[in-house]
Amino acid sequence: MIRPAVLAALALLAVVLPGPLGAQDTMPPAPYAYQQLDDPKLEAEATALMHTLRCLKCQSQSIADSDAPMAGDMRHQVRSRILAGESPDQIRAWLIARYGDYVSYQPEVNSITWPLFAVPVLVILLVAGVLLRRLGKRRSDGGEAA
Amino acid sequence: MIAEIGLAALWLAAALAVLQMVSGVMALRVPEGEAAPLAIYTRPAAILQAFLAVLSFALLLYAFAITDLSIKLVASNSHSMKPLIYKVTGTWGNHEGSMLLWVGVLAASGGLLAAFEKRLPERTMGATLAVQGFVALGFYAFLLLSSNPFERLPVPADEGTGLNPLLQDIGLAFHPPTLYAGYVGLSVAFSLAMGALLTREVNPSFARVMRPWVLGAWVLLTLGITAGSFWAYYELGWGGWWFWDPVENASLMPWLAATALMHSVSVLAARDALRTWTIMLGVLAFSMSMLGTFLVRSGVLTSVHAFAVDPERGSFILALLGLYIGGAFTIFALRAGAVAEGKRFAAASREGALVFNNLMLSAILAIVLLGTLYPLLTEAFDVRVSVGPPYFNPASAIFAIPMLLVMAVGPLLRWRADRPARIQFEILLIAAVVIGAIALVSFFGSYPLLPLLGLGLAPALAVAAVLPLRGRNLRRVPVATWGMVLAHFGVAVSLFGMACEGAFTEERLAAVAPGGTEQVGDFAVTLEGVAPVAGPNWTAIEARLAVRQDGGKPVILTPQARSFWSPPQATSESALLTKWNGQLYAVIGNRAEDGRWQLRLWWKPFVTCIWYGGILIALGGVLAIAGRLRVDIKRRRAAVRGAGRRADLEALQPLPVPAE
Amino acid sequence: MKNRFLLWVPLALFAFFAGLAAYMLTQEKDQFVASTMIGQPLPDFALDPAFAGLPGAAKADFLGGQPRLLNVWASWCLPCIAEAPQLEALKAQGVEIIGIAIRDRPEDVANFLGRYGNPYSRIGSDRISEVQLAIGSSGVPETFVIDAKGVIRYQHIGDIRADDVPVLLAELEKAK
Repeated sequence: MIRPAVLAALALLAVVLPGPLGAQDTMPPAPYAYQQLDDPKLEAEATALMHTLRCLKCQSQSIADSDAPMAGDMRHQVRSRILAGESPDQIRAWLIARYGDYVSYQPEVNSITWPLFAVPVLVILLVAGVLLRRLGKRRSDGGEAA
Repeated sequence: MIAEIGLAALWLAAALAVLQMVSGVMALRVPEGEAAPLAIYTRPAAILQAFLAVLSFALLLYAFAITDLSIKLVASNSHSMKPLIYKVTGTWGNHEGSMLLWVGVLAASGGLLAAFEKRLPERTMGATLAVQGFVALGFYAFLLLSSNPFERLPVPADEGTGLNPLLQDIGLAFHPPTLYAGYVGLSVAFSLAMGALLTREVNPSFARVMRPWVLGAWVLLTLGITAGSFWAYYELGWGGWWFWDPVENASLMPWLAATALMHSVSVLAARDALRTWTIMLGVLAFSMSMLGTFLVRSGVLTSVHAFAVDPERGSFILALLGLYIGGAFTIFALRAGAVAEGKRFAAASREGALVFNNLMLSAILAIVLLGTLYPLLTEAFDVRVSVGPPYFNPASAIFAIPMLLVMAVGPLLRWRADRPARIQFEILLIAAVVIGAIALVSFFGSYPLLPLLGLGLAPALAVAAVLPLRGRNLRRVPVATWGMVLAHFGVAVSLFGMACEGAFTEERLAAVAPGGTEQVGDFAVTLEGVAPVAGPNWTAIEARLAVRQDGGKPVILTPQARSFWSPPQATSESALLTKWNGQLYAVIGNRAEDGRWQLRLWWKPFVTCIWYGGILIALGGVLAIAGRLRVDIKRRRAAVRGAGRRADLEALQPLPVPAE
Repeated sequence: MKNRFLLWVPLALFAFFAGLAAYMLTQEKDQFVASTMIGQPLPDFALDPAFAGLPGAAKADFLGGQPRLLNVWASWCLPCIAEAPQLEALKAQGVEIIGIAIRDRPEDVANFLGRYGNPYSRIGSDRISEVQLAIGSSGVPETFVIDAKGVIRYQHIGDIRADDVPVLLAELEKAK
């Protein structure tokens, strides 16, 4: 039987999320990491932005759904900058200037990402082409195979 | 001894896979009707191999259940203090065990096919089983040469290292085997497609053999994805239910291909059209399964769900992928040109609608595939990019929305050719519901475009789903048709859940002192206290939340922040309060220095519809299988009874037109 | 007429993917996110001392004289323990190292320095990773070479191993 006091101590230790190496700080999060802005409109702007920013310490998660301390600090940056009157695009640009396009999930057409946009267009054309060929030729029913 | 028997069974099964392959090929080399001397071994080999592979897996299950720490795999993935259920499910919570499950299911489905499927010509069957044996052989080689699950430790370990705590969850425990069974079910579709292609037997009777396998795999994939999404929702602690993560996409891609295949195989079975396309999708669906396995196992892509990553194993799976899929596409390119075009049809016909939806599903598949693999491509040039929800959502919606609209009217159309004017009432009704719902929602507030469109489409799809039943005697509607109605209705329900979650979710993040109250939606949530609790292999802090709706009676919720000690890792156990119209989602976070606790609260209206919809879709698939099987069994009985009167029957019933 | 060319498209696409995947499997998996601030001036900042023993750090501390190292670290970070001897070695070569302690407490900082040595001339306390984010650092430990004009010249990600010391010295030389 583990005594309750020991248990409580263990549980308090448990509050700290151990990282990959078991190393993690015990500092409280930055003020706006887990705290919403009072103005619902600004908070909505901040939330929308946070959902499109990548958590750099995590894998495939946005900073809006991560418990990593760094994601918390990034949320603090986003919220306090929004509060200071910066626009979401400015904040995104600020982060991209520091971490490159990797930090942003927002699709942007540039010399690297253009195929992401060209391929859907190509697919639309391809689909339209197939539909016209397959379905548009009903007059020649029984004729040559498409 | 357990480990040795398991290993021996695996080697024997591998040997039988060789026999199955060789004798299947023998069957292929003689003309139909003549007996090949070796070909008689194909079916028994497949059945025995299934038995041995399943036995091997059962032995590993047993080793995990009793925590046999002399086996390396058990020692490095289990722990004697774990609850029994997670000891057992831990069998497939690791690379070797899950690959053994993979081949176990593969062999079992091959065995079932060999034992019960008597409708196909022997040559096609031989080719099919040969392909099945060939695929199984690759995975046996993989297991035996690079990931032996039964490897012994020189000295038994004192204690195991435990299982990833995220996997110690009942939802996730059964999610991988469901998905795997789905993946592997598609291997049968693949083998059948290859068998039919090799023997030039792409015809409706082949499609009827393939259909239950595709349906079955599709049902399992649907359930697996639904369960995985629900797991991510309540276990990751942020209320998200789909992250477009590479591993999630890896399960979605085979589902998209299987959905397309399921519809095209129905067209082939009913109308003898879309022959090449069906073969193509059969190959594609299994390719996506293997690609999924590759992406998850190799770690070439970063993912939240990557649990067992090893580049060496990645190379092995990639080699298998190249062998099977490369081989299949080569045969496809060489042979498909020789498959005669099936029956033709008009644009406004059931087939026309199905072709349209097939193309849309394939387009979505292409988008998901591109978005998932694109970061891999840019990394080859040392540039890292992020492709996430802001790309996938709109890009897939471009194709999903037309698809859903056509899905609404497709089932109302007749086969071969129809006049749209005949169903103008239905079309107008569906259009009216779409426009009405969008207008109604826009009247009450402004919402993002995609959820808004979803809210418009969902009720229309629900109405459209039941329209095919209009004017029919419900008792005489075939079971399979009920299946379709239910599955399409499930799509509407699921879409409704997604759209509501996207449009109406309310979020409250706050630091709360014990005794403090926060408001989210209609709910007042009071933090009554925080206390430590202990489980078998974890400790946690547990918050006691009293939730009052509009000042009513309080309901107690107890979210936990759990800390596992072997291996050391923390998880948040969210607490959910389910109402008829949504879910309250509560998470307890860290304690701030001033003694307040971080609470995360969400009110998510109708979010549960997402998964109820998924279950309805799967249930629709089950009904479709049941309906088809019933018809098949009836037919078989009729065939047996009619054996004596065959001459009469043949006189009455014209023979089906043979495939050119 | 069936277009036979089209039938080869799936195989071609697959071959492309397989080639790419095979190539990527042979590549070292690089999980680091590099800063894109190289060549850019340090942003303005002024951090409080991380503990009573040393002054805090500000941008002005990097200006003038010789190039310096900016070491992003934390007392709770295990690899930081591993790189402590290398930082000592760099200090012995006459390099000035200014530390930025991420999300740290004064008593923990003092404790860490007492146990593993103190190579720093100043340590600023960055309790909310503000400066870390501003210079594009995505983890601890990371070490930046800053020239006398306050421009970021080089980034080393992860702990400094013994064979990284000459590399950093060369980069410091280049930044002169």
